[in-house]
Amino acid sequence: MLNIPTRKPLLPSAAVDLRPYEAFLIYEARLLDEGYFDDWLALFTPDARYWVPSEPNQPDPFETVSLMYDDRRLLETRVRRLSDPRIYSQEPRSRTSRTVVNLSLEPATGGPGVTVRSKFVLVEYRREEQRLFAGSYTHRLIGEGDAMRIAMKKVELVNCDAPLDGLVVPF
Amino acid sequence: MPLTTDYSNETLSRMVEPARVHRRIYTDPEIFELEMSRIFATAWVYVGHESQIKNPGDYFTARVARKPLVIVRSADGEIRALHNQCAHRGAMVVANDSGCTDEFQCCYHGWTYHLDGKLKAVPLNNGYPDDFDTKNPKTAMVQVPRVKSYRGFIFLSLAAQGQSFDDFIGYMKTSLDDMIDRAPDGEIELAGGVFKHTYNGNWKLYLENLCDAAHPWYTHRSSIAAAQQQKDDAFSDGTGEIAIRQMRQNGAPYSFWENQVGIWTYANGHSYLGDYHDDAKLVAALNDQTFRDYHTAMEAKKGKAETQRIMEVRRWNSNFYPNMSMMSQFQQIRVIHPISVNKTVVHTYCFKLKGAPEQMFRNTVSFANVVNGTGSLVLTDDLEIYNRVTLGLSSDGAEWLEIGRGFKTDEPDPHGGRKGKNSTSEVYIRNMFDAWRGYMLGDAGAAKKQVA
Ligand code: FES
Ligand SMILES: [Fe+2]
Repeated sequence: MLNIPTRKPLLPSAAVDLRPYEAFLIYEARLLDEGYFDDWLALFTPDARYWVPSEPNQPDPFETVSLMYDDRRLLETRVRRLSDPRIYSQEPRSRTSRTVVNLSLEPATGGPGVTVRSKFVLVEYRREEQRLFAGSYTHRLIGEGDAMRIAMKKVELVNCDAPLDGLVVPF
Repeated sequence: MPLTTDYSNETLSRMVEPARVHRRIYTDPEIFELEMSRIFATAWVYVGHESQIKNPGDYFTARVARKPLVIVRSADGEIRALHNQCAHRGAMVVANDSGCTDEFQCCYHGWTYHLDGKLKAVPLNNGYPDDFDTKNPKTAMVQVPRVKSYRGFIFLSLAAQGQSFDDFIGYMKTSLDDMIDRAPDGEIELAGGVFKHTYNGNWKLYLENLCDAAHPWYTHRSSIAAAQQQKDDAFSDGTGEIAIRQMRQNGAPYSFWENQVGIWTYANGHSYLGDYHDDAKLVAALNDQTFRDYHTAMEAKKGKAETQRIMEVRRWNSNFYPNMSMMSQFQQIRVIHPISVNKTVVHTYCFKLKGAPEQMFRNTVSFANVVNGTGSLVLTDDLEIYNRVTLGLSSDGAEWLEIGRGFKTDEPDPHGGRKGKNSTSEVYIRNMFDAWRGYMLGDAGAAKKQVA
């Protein structure tokens, strides 16, 4: 589920309707930007993984460290901490703005759901400093409409191996 | 107290008192420059591990006192450190983080160097002055004068003269031994990538915090509360399990932090914080199949008694002043890179224990993510503290900072050090400042004799 082989991109079929996925990703980005973290968590399946690798083309989260690698248990804890008033690294709170674009569907792998790739730009402002993050999202999405859920979300930052100050708000 | 900005030794020594230090030690760029030349450019500093350069030609780049170096295993098998600068017009020669090569070639005019830094060939070498001689050491990439590998851990000193490595490391070498002892095959290997995090604060804050048993209960309260409320029946592939145990343990009562942890300090600024987490709290000890397999592998290779001795060594952070902190029990090393007076970068690495079950390393990686990760639920609050100390020190509030907790009650340690009576004694900061004074006043190893 985590290991989506990288291959040369193919020209996507114009026949695939990406609008349901785009609507979902825009909704997800908005929940994060506006601080609805519990609702964001509710988008994930019970055995979901959320992964931000520390290296470009990192093959897995088990043999190499990750900026974030959460199974469901850790993701729940991460989100609960975000709401704690004593989270000093969020005092003052970050404000974020996410743009999600360039969606494409990865070729089917035979597993359940679909794999959607997209590009994102995230601006984070906190305490007189603005940080700019950019990269690729890979979502494994299960179900349709209101029942659409994230089974896996991988966030590949273009500067994943740069020295960074703390990363607290999820990407 | 009036302090001039030309720092005479007398002024410097007045800035450190037995139980308080002057604020400017953390904030003045001039002090920082002196620290670079008097501490980082003279002390023994950790740069990497031999497993990064197993074969002749293997190299990695490093920085010490902000200066770019390349650490290489030369053709004769020796480990050498070279200043990463071309002898011609000064371009940085090696641009990759690591690699394998049979020569170094400068990208500017193509001077090439042997792996020991000596000049190998110069294109267009007819046009240089008559006395130009490729054999002249002035045409070499300059070697760092002192490099020492202690059982695979590579340290160097940029200074030709000074305290010997053995005097520098003293009893603290037992923490390096402990990491190796924990490998059933008696060998460790750097693996698992690197974390790089940065904060707007002085380098000293980092080392100080690693021995600070009085802070987790406050600084980390958001992750403690979140972990305490976490239901254990939510799905985990093992990653969350380790992370959540670690966060919950930070919420141990003050009686634990005061009495059960232990803080030991040794000459030259070194220290270790003791039994912060033992394996039972973190990996479920013998109830955990991986740990049980590991234990079996250890006993098969080392025998029961030696295995038990090793398992009873419990050190959380071992700090090697001025640039390294390690966790032997959990196979992590952090290297501290001062960038400016209020900017620091820290690199963290993991080690694989040879002969241990494969899952052990996955646990090491999970542990690294939560304890040393840039997106950790714990470390991010420490980074916030460093940033906030910097902001606080920019004020015109207290001129002197207190480091006197436990001052009158420190006790001698049988191995020649001092330990806090309680684990929250600030003895580790006082000890670091003893070393700071030694280096800054040109008297490194003041507590020990100098060996040229
Ligand atoms: S600067 Fe390196 S060859 Fe000229
Ligand atoms: Fe901490």
